Amino acid sequence: MTAVINLPPSLDDRTFEQVLEQLAPVPAEEKVLVDARHTRWASPYGLTALLTLAQTRAEKPGLIAPDAAETASYWARAGFFEHAEPLFEITGHVPRARGGESDVLLEITPVGKSDDVHEVVGRIQSKSHAILVKELNLDAKATMGFAMTLSEACQNIVEHAGRGGWVAVQTYTWKKRLGRRVVVIAVCDAGIGFRRSLESAHGRRLDERWGDGRALEEAVLRGVSRFADPGRGQGLAGVRRYIGRWQGKLSIRSGTARIAIVPDWDEDLPLEEKLPNFPGAQIQITIPEHREAR
Amino acid sequence: MINHIDLTGVLRRTVCDLYSDLVTRPTGAAVRDGIEKQLAELGERSLTVIDFSHVRLLDYSCADEIVAKLLIRYAPADDETEPPRDAYFVFRGVNEYHLDAIETVLERHGLAIVAERDAGEVDLIGAVGEAERRAWDALCRVGKLGAAGLARELGITPDAAERVLERLRRRRLAMRLEECWVAVGAAQ
Repeated sequence: MTAVINLPPSLDDRTFEQVLEQLAPVPAEEKVLVDARHTRWASPYGLTALLTLAQTRAEKPGLIAPDAAETASYWARAGFFEHAEPLFEITGHVPRARGGESDVLLEITPVGKSDDVHEVVGRIQSKSHAILVKELNLDAKATMGFAMTLSEACQNIVEHAGRGGWVAVQTYTWKKRLGRRVVVIAVCDAGIGFRRSLESAHGRRLDERWGDGRALEEAVLRGVSRFADPGRGQGLAGVRRYIGRWQGKLSIRSGTARIAIVPDWDEDLPLEEKLPNFPGAQIQITIPEHREAR
Repeated sequence: MINHIDLTGVLRRTVCDLYSDLVTRPTGAAVRDGIEKQLAELGERSLTVIDFSHVRLLDYSCADEIVAKLLIRYAPADDETEPPRDAYFVFRGVNEYHLDAIETVLERHGLAIVAERDAGEVDLIGAVGEAERRAWDALCRVGKLGAAGLARELGITPDAAERVLERLRRRRLAMRLEECWVAVGAAQ
Protein backbone atom coordinates (compact mmCIF):
# COMPACT_ATOMS: atom_id res chain seq x y z
CA MET A 1 0.00 0.00 0.00
CA THR A 2 1.19 3.52 -0.81
CA ALA A 3 0.20 6.57 1.23
CA VAL A 4 -0.21 9.76 -0.79
CA ILE A 5 1.18 12.91 0.83
CA ASN A 6 -0.13 16.06 -0.81
CA LEU A 7 2.14 19.08 -0.76
CA PRO A 8 0.42 22.44 -0.22
CA PRO A 9 0.47 25.10 -2.97
CA SER A 10 3.00 27.09 -0.96
CA LEU A 11 5.59 24.98 0.84
CA ASP A 12 7.42 26.72 3.69
CA ASP A 13 8.30 26.15 7.34
CA ARG A 14 4.66 26.61 8.46
CA THR A 15 2.91 24.64 5.73
CA PHE A 16 5.45 21.82 6.00
CA GLU A 17 3.58 20.98 9.22
CA GLN A 18 0.63 19.91 7.02
CA VAL A 19 2.98 17.47 5.30
CA LEU A 20 4.13 16.07 8.64
CA GLU A 21 0.52 15.76 9.87
CA GLN A 22 -0.25 13.61 6.82
CA LEU A 23 2.93 11.61 7.36
CA ALA A 24 2.45 11.03 11.11
CA PRO A 25 0.03 8.07 10.90
CA VAL A 26 2.03 6.34 8.13
CA PRO A 27 4.46 3.69 9.44
CA ALA A 28 8.10 4.36 8.46
CA GLU A 29 8.28 1.16 6.39
CA GLU A 30 5.19 2.02 4.34
CA LYS A 31 5.74 3.47 0.89
CA VAL A 32 4.74 7.11 0.42
CA LEU A 33 4.11 9.13 -2.69
CA VAL A 34 4.73 12.85 -2.33
CA ASP A 35 2.47 14.73 -4.70
CA ALA A 36 3.88 18.15 -5.60
CA ARG A 37 1.74 18.68 -8.68
CA HIS A 38 -0.19 21.61 -7.21
CA THR A 39 2.73 23.26 -5.48
CA ARG A 40 3.54 26.64 -6.97
CA TRP A 41 6.18 27.94 -4.56
CA ALA A 42 8.64 26.49 -2.07
CA SER A 43 11.00 28.15 0.39
CA PRO A 44 14.55 26.87 1.01
CA TYR A 45 13.16 25.28 4.18
CA GLY A 46 10.42 23.51 2.22
CA LEU A 47 12.84 22.06 -0.30
CA THR A 48 15.54 21.00 2.13
CA ALA A 49 13.00 19.54 4.57
CA LEU A 50 11.50 17.56 1.69
CA LEU A 51 14.88 15.96 1.07
CA THR A 52 15.19 15.01 4.74
CA LEU A 53 11.69 13.52 4.62
CA ALA A 54 12.95 11.03 2.04
CA GLN A 55 15.84 10.10 4.35
CA THR A 56 13.39 9.08 7.08
CA ARG A 57 11.58 6.49 4.96
CA ALA A 58 12.53 2.81 4.90
CA GLU A 59 11.41 2.50 1.28
CA LYS A 60 12.35 5.04 -1.38
CA PRO A 61 9.37 7.38 -1.68
CA GLY A 62 7.79 8.52 -4.92
CA LEU A 63 7.64 12.19 -5.90
CA ILE A 64 5.45 13.74 -8.55
CA ALA A 65 7.13 16.94 -9.76
CA PRO A 66 5.20 20.23 -9.82
CA ASP A 67 2.89 20.72 -12.81
CA ALA A 68 3.80 24.38 -13.19
CA ALA A 69 6.79 24.66 -15.49
CA GLU A 70 7.99 27.79 -13.70
CA THR A 71 7.93 26.04 -10.32
CA ALA A 72 9.69 22.92 -11.58
CA SER A 73 12.25 25.10 -13.31
CA TYR A 74 12.94 26.98 -10.08
CA TRP A 75 13.29 23.72 -8.11
CA ALA A 76 15.81 22.58 -10.69
CA ARG A 77 17.77 25.84 -10.49
CA ALA A 78 17.78 25.63 -6.70
CA GLY A 79 19.43 22.23 -7.01
CA PHE A 80 16.49 20.28 -5.60
CA PHE A 81 16.12 17.63 -8.29
CA GLU A 82 19.87 16.96 -8.35
CA HIS A 83 19.74 15.89 -4.70
CA ALA A 84 16.23 14.41 -4.88
CA GLU A 85 17.04 11.96 -7.65
CA PRO A 86 18.87 9.42 -5.47
CA LEU A 87 16.27 9.79 -2.72
CA PHE A 88 12.93 9.75 -4.59
CA GLU A 89 11.44 7.90 -7.54
CA ILE A 90 10.53 11.01 -9.46
CA THR A 91 7.75 11.17 -12.02
CA GLY A 92 6.49 14.14 -14.00
CA HIS A 93 8.53 16.67 -15.91
CA VAL A 94 11.95 17.39 -14.40
CA PRO A 95 13.60 20.30 -16.19
CA ARG A 96 17.34 20.61 -16.50
CA ALA A 97 18.95 23.09 -14.15
CA ARG A 98 20.05 26.31 -15.83
CA GLY A 99 22.04 29.13 -14.27
CA GLY A 100 21.16 32.77 -14.00
CA GLU A 101 18.96 32.64 -10.89
CA SER A 102 19.96 35.78 -9.03
CA ASP A 103 17.84 35.24 -5.88
CA VAL A 104 19.35 31.83 -5.09
CA LEU A 105 22.33 32.80 -2.97
CA LEU A 106 23.28 29.22 -2.30
CA GLU A 107 21.78 26.28 -4.14
CA ILE A 108 20.80 23.28 -2.04
CA THR A 109 24.13 21.93 -0.82
CA PRO A 110 24.82 18.77 1.17
CA VAL A 111 26.49 19.21 4.56
CA GLY A 112 28.02 16.29 6.41
CA LYS A 113 31.56 17.20 7.31
CA SER A 114 33.76 20.15 8.19
CA ASP A 115 35.00 20.55 4.58
CA ASP A 116 31.42 21.08 3.41
CA VAL A 117 31.11 24.05 5.78
CA HIS A 118 34.26 25.60 4.29
CA GLU A 119 32.78 25.13 0.82
CA VAL A 120 29.45 26.70 1.82
CA VAL A 121 31.06 29.66 3.58
CA GLY A 122 33.45 30.29 0.70
CA ARG A 123 30.64 30.26 -1.87
CA ILE A 124 28.27 32.46 0.12
CA GLN A 125 30.81 35.21 0.72
CA SER A 126 31.43 35.75 -2.95
CA LYS A 127 27.71 36.15 -3.68
CA SER A 128 26.14 37.59 -0.55
CA HIS A 129 27.86 40.95 -0.11
CA ALA A 130 26.16 42.76 -2.98
CA ILE A 131 22.74 41.36 -2.17
CA LEU A 132 22.88 41.97 1.59
CA VAL A 133 24.23 45.49 1.29
CA LYS A 134 22.55 46.75 -1.89
CA GLU A 135 19.24 44.91 -1.85
CA LEU A 136 18.61 44.35 1.84
CA ASN A 137 20.20 47.60 2.93
CA LEU A 138 22.26 45.89 5.63
CA ASP A 139 25.53 47.26 6.93
CA ALA A 140 28.68 45.87 5.25
CA LYS A 141 29.48 44.25 8.64
CA ALA A 142 26.38 42.11 8.22
CA THR A 143 28.03 40.13 5.42
CA MET A 144 30.69 38.57 7.64
CA GLY A 145 28.17 37.96 10.41
CA PHE A 146 25.90 36.30 7.88
CA ALA A 147 28.66 33.90 6.82
CA MET A 148 29.47 33.17 10.48
CA THR A 149 25.80 32.48 11.16
CA LEU A 150 25.63 30.15 8.20
CA SER A 151 28.79 28.39 9.37
CA GLU A 152 27.49 27.82 12.89
CA ALA A 153 24.08 26.62 11.65
CA CYS A 154 25.75 24.12 9.30
CA GLN A 155 28.06 22.92 12.07
CA ASN A 156 24.99 21.86 14.00
CA ILE A 157 24.72 19.05 11.45
CA VAL A 158 28.43 18.20 11.49
CA GLU A 159 28.71 18.17 15.28
CA HIS A 160 25.36 16.77 16.38
CA ALA A 161 23.17 15.23 13.69
CA GLY A 162 25.02 11.97 13.14
CA ARG A 163 24.11 12.03 9.43
CA GLY A 164 24.29 14.50 6.58
CA GLY A 165 21.77 17.20 5.79
CA TRP A 166 21.31 20.15 3.45
CA VAL A 167 21.62 23.91 3.45
CA ALA A 168 20.13 26.47 1.08
CA VAL A 169 20.03 30.28 1.03
CA GLN A 170 17.70 32.45 -0.96
CA THR A 171 16.37 36.01 -1.07
CA TYR A 172 12.81 36.81 -1.96
CA THR A 173 10.12 39.40 -1.33
CA TRP A 174 7.91 38.31 1.54
CA LYS A 175 4.76 40.07 0.46
CA LYS A 176 2.15 38.56 2.77
CA ARG A 177 3.83 38.60 6.15
CA LEU A 178 6.31 41.41 5.87
CA GLY A 179 5.99 43.31 2.61
CA ARG A 180 9.73 43.52 2.05
CA ARG A 181 12.67 41.46 0.93
CA VAL A 182 14.25 38.84 3.14
CA VAL A 183 17.21 36.53 2.98
CA VAL A 184 16.50 33.05 4.31
CA ILE A 185 18.88 30.33 5.43
CA ALA A 186 17.50 26.81 5.80
CA VAL A 187 19.58 24.02 7.34
CA CYS A 188 17.76 20.69 7.63
CA ASP A 189 18.80 17.22 8.69
CA ALA A 190 17.10 13.99 9.70
CA GLY A 191 19.67 13.07 12.35
CA ILE A 192 19.30 12.46 16.05
CA GLY A 193 17.82 15.86 16.92
CA PHE A 194 18.42 18.13 19.91
CA ARG A 195 16.83 15.93 22.59
CA ARG A 196 18.85 12.82 21.82
CA SER A 197 21.99 14.85 21.34
CA LEU A 198 21.66 16.38 24.82
CA GLU A 199 20.65 13.03 26.33
CA SER A 200 23.94 11.60 25.13
CA ALA A 201 25.79 13.91 27.53
CA HIS A 202 27.34 11.80 30.24
CA GLY A 203 25.68 12.21 33.62
CA ARG A 204 22.85 14.39 32.36
CA ARG A 205 19.86 14.35 34.73
CA LEU A 206 16.44 14.38 33.11
CA ASP A 207 13.39 15.76 34.92
CA GLU A 208 9.69 15.17 34.25
CA ARG A 209 9.51 18.18 31.88
CA TRP A 210 12.26 16.73 29.73
CA GLY A 211 11.37 16.38 26.06
CA ASP A 212 12.01 17.93 22.64
CA GLY A 213 10.75 21.35 23.73
CA ARG A 214 12.90 21.47 26.84
CA ALA A 215 15.92 20.28 24.85
CA LEU A 216 15.43 23.12 22.37
CA GLU A 217 15.09 25.65 25.20
CA GLU A 218 18.28 24.36 26.81
CA ALA A 219 20.30 24.49 23.60
CA VAL A 220 18.92 27.66 22.03
CA LEU A 221 18.18 29.84 25.06
CA ARG A 222 20.81 28.61 27.53
CA GLY A 223 23.61 27.47 25.23
CA VAL A 224 23.70 23.93 26.66
CA SER A 225 25.58 21.34 24.62
CA ARG A 226 26.14 17.61 24.93
CA PHE A 227 29.85 18.30 25.35
CA ALA A 228 31.29 18.98 28.80
CA ASP A 229 33.68 21.53 27.24
CA PRO A 230 32.55 24.98 28.51
CA GLY A 231 33.44 26.48 25.13
CA ARG A 232 30.64 24.56 23.47
CA GLY A 233 27.19 26.00 22.82
CA GLN A 234 28.48 29.35 21.59
CA GLY A 235 27.46 28.79 17.98
CA LEU A 236 23.71 29.06 18.45
CA ALA A 237 24.24 31.90 20.94
CA GLY A 238 26.16 33.70 18.19
CA VAL A 239 23.33 33.06 15.73
CA ARG A 240 20.89 34.56 18.26
CA ARG A 241 23.04 37.66 18.66
CA TYR A 242 23.27 38.11 14.91
CA ILE A 243 19.53 37.84 14.32
CA GLY A 244 18.91 40.17 17.27
CA ARG A 245 21.22 42.77 15.74
CA TRP A 246 19.45 42.66 12.37
CA GLN A 247 15.87 42.11 13.62
CA GLY A 248 15.90 38.62 12.18
CA LYS A 249 14.05 35.49 13.13
CA LEU A 250 15.34 32.07 14.14
CA SER A 251 13.17 28.97 14.29
CA ILE A 252 14.27 25.43 15.00
CA ARG A 253 12.08 22.36 14.78
CA SER A 254 13.28 19.11 16.29
CA GLY A 255 11.29 15.99 17.08
CA THR A 256 7.88 17.11 18.31
CA ALA A 257 8.73 20.71 19.18
CA ARG A 258 9.59 24.00 17.54
CA ILE A 259 11.21 27.01 19.14
CA ALA A 260 11.36 30.49 17.65
CA ILE A 261 13.13 33.72 18.49
CA VAL A 262 10.42 36.04 17.28
CA PRO A 263 11.08 39.63 16.17
CA ASP A 264 8.53 42.46 16.38
CA TRP A 265 7.43 42.01 12.78
CA ASP A 266 6.29 38.42 13.27
CA GLU A 267 3.59 36.75 15.38
CA ASP A 268 4.99 33.26 15.63
CA LEU A 269 4.78 31.26 18.87
CA PRO A 270 7.99 31.12 20.94
CA LEU A 271 7.54 27.42 21.63
CA GLU A 272 5.26 24.78 20.16
CA GLU A 273 5.13 21.24 21.52
CA LYS A 274 3.25 18.04 20.69
CA LEU A 275 3.77 18.52 16.96
CA PRO A 276 3.93 15.45 14.70
CA ASN A 277 7.27 13.75 15.30
CA PHE A 278 9.97 14.33 12.68
CA PRO A 279 13.58 13.30 13.16
CA GLY A 280 16.58 15.62 13.21
CA ALA A 281 16.64 19.39 13.28
CA GLN A 282 15.25 21.89 10.81
CA ILE A 283 16.60 25.41 11.20
CA GLN A 284 15.39 28.55 9.48
CA ILE A 285 17.02 31.97 9.81
CA THR A 286 15.30 34.98 8.27
CA ILE A 287 16.94 38.40 7.94
CA PRO A 288 14.67 41.17 6.64
CA GLU A 289 15.51 44.15 4.50
CA HIS A 290 16.27 47.26 6.56
CA ARG A 291 14.18 50.28 5.67
CA GLU A 292 15.13 52.79 8.36
CA ALA A 293 18.41 53.76 6.71
CA ARG A 294 16.96 54.24 3.23
CA MET B 1 63.16 36.82 20.13
CA ILE B 2 59.71 37.35 18.71
CA ASN B 3 58.18 34.42 16.88
CA HIS B 4 55.63 35.10 14.13
CA ILE B 5 52.82 32.73 13.16
CA ASP B 6 50.63 33.59 10.18
CA LEU B 7 47.31 31.81 10.77
CA THR B 8 46.42 31.57 7.10
CA GLY B 9 49.76 29.84 6.52
CA VAL B 10 49.08 27.38 9.34
CA LEU B 11 45.55 26.81 8.01
CA ARG B 12 46.84 26.04 4.53
CA ARG B 13 49.61 23.77 5.79
CA THR B 14 47.50 21.84 8.29
CA VAL B 15 44.00 21.72 6.76
CA CYS B 16 43.73 22.71 3.09
CA ASP B 17 45.82 24.99 0.89
CA LEU B 18 42.68 26.47 -0.67
CA TYR B 19 41.07 27.73 2.53
CA SER B 20 41.28 31.25 3.93
CA ASP B 21 38.38 31.14 6.38
CA LEU B 22 38.82 29.97 9.95
CA VAL B 23 35.55 28.10 10.41
CA THR B 24 34.55 24.86 12.16
CA ARG B 25 35.92 23.18 15.28
CA PRO B 26 38.04 20.56 13.50
CA THR B 27 39.74 23.34 11.53
CA GLY B 28 40.35 25.36 14.69
CA ALA B 29 41.73 22.33 16.52
CA ALA B 30 44.08 21.53 13.61
CA VAL B 31 45.34 25.12 13.46
CA ARG B 32 45.89 25.22 17.25
CA ASP B 33 47.81 21.97 17.00
CA GLY B 34 49.96 23.57 14.28
CA ILE B 35 50.61 26.59 16.52
CA GLU B 36 51.56 24.37 19.47
CA LYS B 37 54.01 22.41 17.33
CA GLN B 38 55.76 25.67 16.45
CA LEU B 39 55.74 26.77 20.09
CA ALA B 40 57.33 23.46 21.12
CA GLU B 41 60.36 24.32 19.00
CA LEU B 42 60.92 27.60 20.82
CA GLY B 43 62.79 28.19 24.05
CA GLU B 44 61.35 28.04 27.54
CA ARG B 45 60.20 31.66 27.30
CA SER B 46 58.72 33.03 24.07
CA LEU B 47 56.70 35.90 22.71
CA THR B 48 54.65 34.91 19.68
CA VAL B 49 52.73 37.16 17.32
CA ILE B 50 49.69 35.25 16.08
CA ASP B 51 48.71 37.00 12.88
CA PHE B 52 45.08 37.22 11.74
CA SER B 53 45.86 39.76 8.99
CA HIS B 54 45.04 37.41 6.11
CA VAL B 55 42.13 35.64 7.79
CA ARG B 56 38.90 36.55 6.02
CA LEU B 57 36.33 34.98 8.33
CA LEU B 58 36.55 33.66 11.88
CA ASP B 59 33.56 31.93 13.43
CA TYR B 60 32.86 31.29 17.14
CA SER B 61 33.86 27.63 17.00
CA CYS B 62 37.23 28.39 15.47
CA ALA B 63 37.83 31.35 17.81
CA ASP B 64 37.14 29.05 20.74
CA GLU B 65 39.51 26.36 19.47
CA ILE B 66 42.34 28.68 18.45
CA VAL B 67 42.29 31.63 20.82
CA ALA B 68 40.51 30.39 23.95
CA LYS B 69 41.96 26.88 24.13
CA LEU B 70 45.47 28.11 23.40
CA LEU B 71 45.20 30.58 26.28
CA ILE B 72 43.61 28.06 28.63
CA ARG B 73 46.67 25.87 28.11
CA TYR B 74 49.26 28.60 28.55
CA ALA B 75 47.40 30.79 31.05
CA PRO B 76 45.65 28.32 33.36
CA ALA B 77 42.99 29.88 35.59
CA ASP B 78 44.11 28.14 38.79
CA ASP B 79 47.35 28.90 40.61
CA GLU B 80 48.39 25.24 40.91
CA THR B 81 48.58 24.34 37.21
CA GLU B 82 51.83 25.28 35.55
CA PRO B 83 51.72 25.99 31.80
CA PRO B 84 53.91 23.80 29.53
CA ARG B 85 56.19 26.78 28.89
CA ASP B 86 56.41 30.50 29.59
CA ALA B 87 54.69 31.60 26.39
CA TYR B 88 53.21 35.04 25.69
CA PHE B 89 51.08 36.09 22.75
CA VAL B 90 50.13 39.17 20.78
CA PHE B 91 47.23 38.73 18.37
CA ARG B 92 47.91 40.89 15.31
CA GLY B 93 45.55 41.98 12.52
CA VAL B 94 42.41 41.52 14.60
CA ASN B 95 39.79 43.47 12.65
CA GLU B 96 36.20 44.33 13.51
CA TYR B 97 34.96 41.18 11.77
CA HIS B 98 37.12 38.94 13.95
CA LEU B 99 36.45 40.86 17.12
CA ASP B 100 32.91 39.67 17.79
CA ALA B 101 33.91 35.99 17.81
CA ILE B 102 37.12 36.56 19.79
CA GLU B 103 35.51 38.77 22.44
CA THR B 104 32.64 36.33 22.84
CA VAL B 105 34.85 33.31 23.51
CA LEU B 106 37.19 35.27 25.80
CA GLU B 107 34.29 36.53 27.91
CA ARG B 108 32.84 33.03 28.08
CA HIS B 109 36.07 31.60 29.53
CA GLY B 110 37.09 34.68 31.55
CA LEU B 111 40.22 35.16 29.41
CA ALA B 112 41.92 38.21 27.92
CA ILE B 113 44.44 38.85 25.16
CA VAL B 114 46.66 41.61 23.88
CA ALA B 115 45.40 42.48 20.41
CA GLU B 116 47.14 44.62 17.84
CA ARG B 117 44.48 46.15 15.62
CA ASP B 118 44.74 47.03 11.93
CA ALA B 119 46.08 50.51 12.71
CA GLY B 120 48.85 49.07 14.88
CA GLU B 121 47.64 50.14 18.33
CA VAL B 122 47.57 47.48 21.03
CA ASP B 123 44.69 46.91 23.42
CA LEU B 124 43.45 44.40 25.94
CA ILE B 125 40.31 42.59 24.90
CA GLY B 126 38.22 40.06 26.77
CA ALA B 127 37.54 39.74 30.49
CA VAL B 128 39.75 42.34 32.15
CA GLY B 129 39.15 43.92 35.56
CA GLU B 130 39.59 47.63 36.19
CA ALA B 131 42.73 47.15 38.32
CA GLU B 132 44.33 44.91 35.68
CA ARG B 133 43.58 47.35 32.90
CA ARG B 134 44.99 50.31 34.86
CA ALA B 135 48.14 48.36 35.66
CA TRP B 136 48.60 47.20 32.06
CA ASP B 137 48.04 50.76 30.77
CA ALA B 138 50.65 52.05 33.24
CA LEU B 139 53.15 49.43 32.07
CA CYS B 140 52.51 50.44 28.44
CA ARG B 141 52.92 54.12 29.30
CA VAL B 142 56.07 53.82 31.40
CA GLY B 143 57.65 50.83 29.68
CA LYS B 144 59.02 48.87 32.64
CA LEU B 145 57.94 48.95 36.27
CA GLY B 146 58.56 47.17 39.53
CA ALA B 147 55.83 46.73 42.14
CA ALA B 148 56.91 49.85 44.01
CA GLY B 149 56.93 51.91 40.82
CA LEU B 150 53.48 50.70 39.83
CA ALA B 151 52.21 51.41 43.35
CA ARG B 152 53.41 55.02 43.02
CA GLU B 153 52.00 55.31 39.50
CA LEU B 154 48.54 54.11 40.50
CA GLY B 155 48.40 55.30 44.11
CA ILE B 156 47.98 51.79 45.53
CA THR B 157 49.95 49.78 48.09
CA PRO B 158 53.06 47.84 46.95
CA ASP B 159 51.33 44.60 47.98
CA ALA B 160 48.31 45.40 45.79
CA ALA B 161 50.67 46.33 42.94
CA GLU B 162 52.57 43.03 43.33
CA ARG B 163 49.29 41.07 43.26
CA VAL B 164 47.96 42.75 40.13
CA LEU B 165 51.31 42.37 38.34
CA GLU B 166 51.39 38.68 39.22
CA ARG B 167 47.81 38.30 37.93
CA LEU B 168 48.82 39.96 34.65
CA ARG B 169 51.80 37.61 34.38
CA ARG B 170 49.69 34.52 34.99
CA ARG B 171 47.19 35.72 32.41
CA ARG B 172 50.03 36.23 29.86
CA LEU B 173 49.36 39.96 29.67
CA ALA B 174 52.63 41.08 31.30
CA MET B 175 56.08 39.55 31.37
CA ARG B 176 58.40 39.55 34.40
CA LEU B 177 62.00 40.56 33.74
CA GLU B 178 63.88 40.00 37.01
CA GLU B 179 62.36 42.56 39.44
CA CYS B 180 60.39 44.44 36.79
CA TRP B 181 57.38 43.81 34.61
CA VAL B 182 56.65 44.87 31.01
CA ALA B 183 53.31 44.84 29.23
CA VAL B 184 53.04 42.21 26.53
CA GLY B 185 52.58 44.03 23.25
CA ALA B 186 54.15 47.26 24.39
CA ALA B 187 57.76 46.42 23.65
CA GLN B 188 57.73 44.17 20.59
